[in-house]
Amino acid sequence: MADAKVIPFDDDRSRGSAAQRPQRRRSAGNRRAGTESGPVREVQPLPTRAVPQDDVPVTAEQEASDRSQGDGGLERRIAGGLAFLRRRLTGDYEVDDFGYDEELTDQVLMSLLRPLYDKYFRVEVKGVENIPSEGGALIVANHSGTLPMDGLMMQVAVHDNHPAGRHLRLLAADLVFMLPVVNELARKLGHTLACSEDAARLLEQGELVGVMPEGFKGLGKPFADRYKLQRFGRGGFVSTALRAGTPIVPCSIVGAEEIYPMIGNAKTVARLLGFPYFPLTPTFPWLGPLGAIPLPTKWTIQFGEPIPTDGYPPEAAEDPMLMFNLTDQVREQIQHTLYKLLVQRRSVFF
Amino acid sequence: MLVTGVARPLGGRFVRRIQRDPDVDRVVAVDAVPPEHHLGGADFVQADIRQPGIARVLAETGADTIVHLDVTGTPLGSGNRASLKETNVIGTMQLLGACQKSPSVRRLVVKSSTNVYGSAPRDPAVFTETTPPKSLPSGGFAKDTVEVEGYVRGFARRRPDVAVAVLRFANILGPTADTPLASYFSLPVLPTVFGYDPRLQFVHEDDVIEVLRLASHEPRRGTLNSGTFNIAGDGVLLLSQCSRRLGRPTMPLLLPAVTWAGSLVRTLGMTDFSPEQIRLLTHGRVVATGQMRETLGFQPKYTTAETFADFARSQGPGLLPPEALAGAVDRIAALPLAGGGQTPTQSAD
Repeated sequence: MADAKVIPFDDDRSRGSAAQRPQRRRSAGNRRAGTESGPVREVQPLPTRAVPQDDVPVTAEQEASDRSQGDGGLERRIAGGLAFLRRRLTGDYEVDDFGYDEELTDQVLMSLLRPLYDKYFRVEVKGVENIPSEGGALIVANHSGTLPMDGLMMQVAVHDNHPAGRHLRLLAADLVFMLPVVNELARKLGHTLACSEDAARLLEQGELVGVMPEGFKGLGKPFADRYKLQRFGRGGFVSTALRAGTPIVPCSIVGAEEIYPMIGNAKTVARLLGFPYFPLTPTFPWLGPLGAIPLPTKWTIQFGEPIPTDGYPPEAAEDPMLMFNLTDQVREQIQHTLYKLLVQRRSVFF
Repeated sequence: MLVTGVARPLGGRFVRRIQRDPDVDRVVAVDAVPPEHHLGGADFVQADIRQPGIARVLAETGADTIVHLDVTGTPLGSGNRASLKETNVIGTMQLLGACQKSPSVRRLVVKSSTNVYGSAPRDPAVFTETTPPKSLPSGGFAKDTVEVEGYVRGFARRRPDVAVAVLRFANILGPTADTPLASYFSLPVLPTVFGYDPRLQFVHEDDVIEVLRLASHEPRRGTLNSGTFNIAGDGVLLLSQCSRRLGRPTMPLLLPAVTWAGSLVRTLGMTDFSPEQIRLLTHGRVVATGQMRETLGFQPKYTTAETFADFARSQGPGLLPPEALAGAVDRIAALPLAGGGQTPTQSAD
């Protein structure tokens, strides 16, 4: 990121906290058989914390501790897997009003995303304690990377790192719900349409809602504009949070910009397909499906200090000036954190 | 009390049930064809609500409560779609015209459907009574209900002294319900739209009768039974869950193929697999029932899942009964390879 306008900041706080806070992650056993291993989850991070180490040793240690559980672990896992299979085959599971299938998400879909998260993008998560342990909160993040990979990684980051095991409910564009297969998976992952009705309903239920107000403007921006936040919609997310009285947690994602460097946009093709843009990257579409493989960049996801919204009077949600001010405040905070993280970053890839 | 659409099982059940209520003196049951089931002690009047004769019936009986159930999606017997639309729309217009002339009418209950919301990918996940639909239904029963509700709103404006309740029912299921969705679920193999798993909501026919009763009497203390209410059981089932619980395999088809097959089946006249039905089975529809609970004061006895279980019991076993699948998994679990161990699989459920 040589050409990005980098503003140096006093960065001791975030750097210090990053070293102190190794990644807390659920045990592998818990991943597959969600019912048991309550104590296992609590105990396991301790040895990791005692030895300050990077990401890779964490997984090695986990495997070792898995093995130390003995053969009982394997048996239990098989039994759990069969019980899971039985429930799935007979349709004996629950989904919520939005179609969120918690069991499938926890035990299958998250396991599919986790290799990408752990091994490919090597996501480092900071400031997860800024997400409240209970009650509704709106996480507002920057959006980039041509394909909405950053949303999915943010979902895994919250799911695997938050001590209360919270689930992030993302708000997605309507295009997601028009595409076959994609809409089915998105609903099962707990995503819903980015509209104020759905967001308000989720926040009322005390859910953690993730939104990327830049939308396609951020996702499909050219590579030259990387890490420059686009307009934050019309600030609808602020009024929704104000009405619900839930805090806004700004979130900055570094690394997603470079996974598909978009050097061009085939507008005619995009119009023909009904997509908002059609990316041309150094590899796509020239190399065919191979070009669709994202670059293995190193990611950092930083959750910032929550901005409370419960101190405002009820009519504040109707005040456009306050809306714009709050929107700008959130936007500035995300942009500053982005610059800060970029200064700290050693390289795009590691 | 005057009840329309009694030749259908639901109307018949309602008429039989409502006579047992102490504050109902007399029930006049109206339909164009004589019902095959008995109506208890109700007086049956054979009248077509599409004809102005309904005004005479209303004037002669002096009914104070009108329960309009003749808004339906499936034709009775040999009727076709055109006559069904006439009954739904023209019938409602005639009935409302008659009500407007009749000074005795105090209360009107109209059976509508959550079809009025349509279903589109741009819609919010959960509809409330005030959500405007993003795309109005283009035809079929859904369009009928939109038009019927429009006329009912007009009537409510012109006769503010009449308490009007519009009940938007989710898909009605039950052992005897004859709704399009019930006939869909009785197919041996369920055709589905590839890549879509719609969320569905059901309401049990027993709950339908109960809520119609609630709406046709004086409101209970602290509740209000005029207005528009969504009526649905709690919770949501995905179509894939429904097919697994029913034990019927699905056959995913591409959306254009489903649309084409639907129109083919329709022209052959086999079943009413209408476009709005396909839209429902593509995008699904879920409604909020807060108004039903808080304002109307109605608690459905059956959740969506219980309604479906009751419906599934009334259907014959499918090609892949869930019990057989569960048994097969249990047998695998009992194999020595899987260990069984101290935590047998059976205990997990």
